[in-house]
Amino acid sequence: MATSGATGRSATARSSDSKIWNNPTVRGVFWQIVMVVVVVGSVAYLANNAISNLERQHIASGFGFLSREAGFDISEKLIDYDPSYTYRDAFLVGLLNTFEVAGLGIVLATILGTLIGIARLSKNWLLSRLAQFYVELWRNIPLLLQLFFWYAILHVTAPGPRDAWHPLPGVFLSNRGLMFPVPSADPTHKYIWIAFFVAIIATVLLDWWGRKRQETTGQPFPIIGAAAGLIIGLPVLVFLLTGLHLQPDLPELKGFNFAGGASFSPELTALLVGLVIYTASYMAEIVRSGILAVSHGQTEAAGALGLRGGLILRLVVLPQALRIIIPPMTSQYLNLTKNSTLAVAIGFPDLVFVANTQMNQTGQAIEGISIIMATYLAISLSISLLMNIYNARIALKGR
Amino acid sequence: MKRILASAVFTLALGVAASAEAGQTLDNIKSKGVLTCGVNEGTAGFGLADSTGKYTGLDIDVCKAVATAILGSPDKIKFVPLSAPQRFTALQSGEVDILSRNTTWTLTREADLGLLFGPVTFYDGQGFLVKKSLNVKSAKQLSGATVCVQPGTTTELNLADYFRANKMELKPVVIEKLDEVENAFFSGRCDAYTTDSSGLAGTRVTKAQKPDDYIILPELISKEPLAPAVRQGDDQFYDIMRWSVFALLQAEEKGITSQNVDQMLKSEDPDIKRFLGVTPGNGKALGLDEKWAYNIIKSVGNYGEIFDRNVGKNSPLKLERGLNDLWTTGGLMYAPPPR
Repeated sequence: MATSGATGRSATARSSDSKIWNNPTVRGVFWQIVMVVVVVGSVAYLANNAISNLERQHIASGFGFLSREAGFDISEKLIDYDPSYTYRDAFLVGLLNTFEVAGLGIVLATILGTLIGIARLSKNWLLSRLAQFYVELWRNIPLLLQLFFWYAILHVTAPGPRDAWHPLPGVFLSNRGLMFPVPSADPTHKYIWIAFFVAIIATVLLDWWGRKRQETTGQPFPIIGAAAGLIIGLPVLVFLLTGLHLQPDLPELKGFNFAGGASFSPELTALLVGLVIYTASYMAEIVRSGILAVSHGQTEAAGALGLRGGLILRLVVLPQALRIIIPPMTSQYLNLTKNSTLAVAIGFPDLVFVANTQMNQTGQAIEGISIIMATYLAISLSISLLMNIYNARIALKGR
Repeated sequence: MKRILASAVFTLALGVAASAEAGQTLDNIKSKGVLTCGVNEGTAGFGLADSTGKYTGLDIDVCKAVATAILGSPDKIKFVPLSAPQRFTALQSGEVDILSRNTTWTLTREADLGLLFGPVTFYDGQGFLVKKSLNVKSAKQLSGATVCVQPGTTTELNLADYFRANKMELKPVVIEKLDEVENAFFSGRCDAYTTDSSGLAGTRVTKAQKPDDYIILPELISKEPLAPAVRQGDDQFYDIMRWSVFALLQAEEKGITSQNVDQMLKSEDPDIKRFLGVTPGNGKALGLDEKWAYNIIKSVGNYGEIFDRNVGKNSPLKLERGLNDLWTTGGLMYAPPPR
């Protein structure tokens, strides 16, 4: 068959070209329509199939169960909850627990991953080999095994609550978790919090002013020292001025376990440690490759301008590396959040855990799964959106 | 594009397969030549695979009875180990034909989950296992205790109810895998472990390094009638499952065992003749071979034999018959007349 645009086509070929099914636009539209019909048709068929099967088997459907009493207890909760609360509350408890793990995990893994990634590029042989060993070890062991490993270590090696390790006054480590004192609530504490937030705002303003001054006069401003001074100093000053109100709430062995103070449970600790160590091994490689991708000439040029090592890294190399690092880093943030669903295996009550229990008690798996899917989709899209906004901000802008 | 089309066709095919599954369970089992049975991941006495992968236990024998009734052999079974949260979805979706996995018969499970429970194969109650060195003598002393429990069980709900009703403070540790939750208890992560008392007895015997270091507290905080279950919507298969269990009870009541069942074929008792298929009728009514009950007793034994070898006097668990004795000897086990 002659191709369109070829010279010297025969009359028959020309007439077949004009046939409607040989028109590329029409063919494109035709296949698109077929595709849409197939997709919509299969979704409708599957939905109809599911609904009729549920009806025939007399399985309840709908989200009515959300306002029924949940009846099961959840060991870790950031908000008020007991078994008399509804399934909706139980889901909220699970969601907040997921946020807690994902949020802490992302921050800690970013810090650890960046440090390891930089360490891998160190000129110190031992340090770079240790970092390499770290990456190869943790990246190649399945996360689920790592979680079991950390959890087993925590509850097998740590002593029972009655012989808890006692490294510092008021701090206890046992197989029930890490217990530590927290200041008991006092009316003056809110002023300390106010001072803390004022210090943060002041730091932002100071940083803005410092940059302006450097742009006009060339004088750098020691913003890190000033920020540390403000953020630590101001609350401490307020604490001293309001009369040193500090009553520690100490953990105490009462009956079976410790009461008072605050605690990190072995489940949360094992999950966090596992997620952070595992994800950091990937992040380290991303950071390393990002830094390596910045041409060595940039470092040399910065050196020629008289900048020292730390400043070269901070002002020249990292800002350029960041542009390369952000997109793969975003996908690691998403991975960490999604991997937090492995919490079920070691008994940390995250969203999936609550949904599993709900599905089992009510038998409504489709509803439970759709709640999980919608939630993780929303979380993932939000992380992705935020990171894309950040990426757009730091991207190289053509002028 | 091609790949998307292929996967669309694939999902369509899956949908068709799922709806075909909803047909006659019995025909399906006969054409496959195998009964798919959802069982426990490992509870001594009820459902436990040994080192060679061979399953034994009371729930396993119930499955074998149903398989023998339908297919004539206790070996034509595919066992699917299921965790507590997996089990009902597996049955609803047709992944297993029958769930024989120490499951408590409750109202919501029948009304909301679309299941039908067969006769109770074990009357149980929920208890607590604690370390002797804790010096706890009663469940009432457990306020503030950390309790290990599996999720998605009636046990989890009863536990919350019991602590609420007695105004005690509860710290649950809820882990899905049986092995993991037991490890957590024995390593001291929890002060107490709660499940059905038969399960506690099995755990203590098989998993504790020194079983004598642990005691089961006297309180039973719930009724746990354990029974096999099938999907709603297939009455014939439900009948077969029910009467396979009743056959085990009927045989014990009539003194028919796997040893003497061949002599019993010559019995003059019309009840026994009907039961063993010497007088035909029962098999046809159920859509089975006339020798279905004979086959069950010959290859699996009667309920008493099953009880003794799995959880009773010939097993490491050494549980008393108690409520699980026949109605003729003071227990609750009772079969309607097979006529």
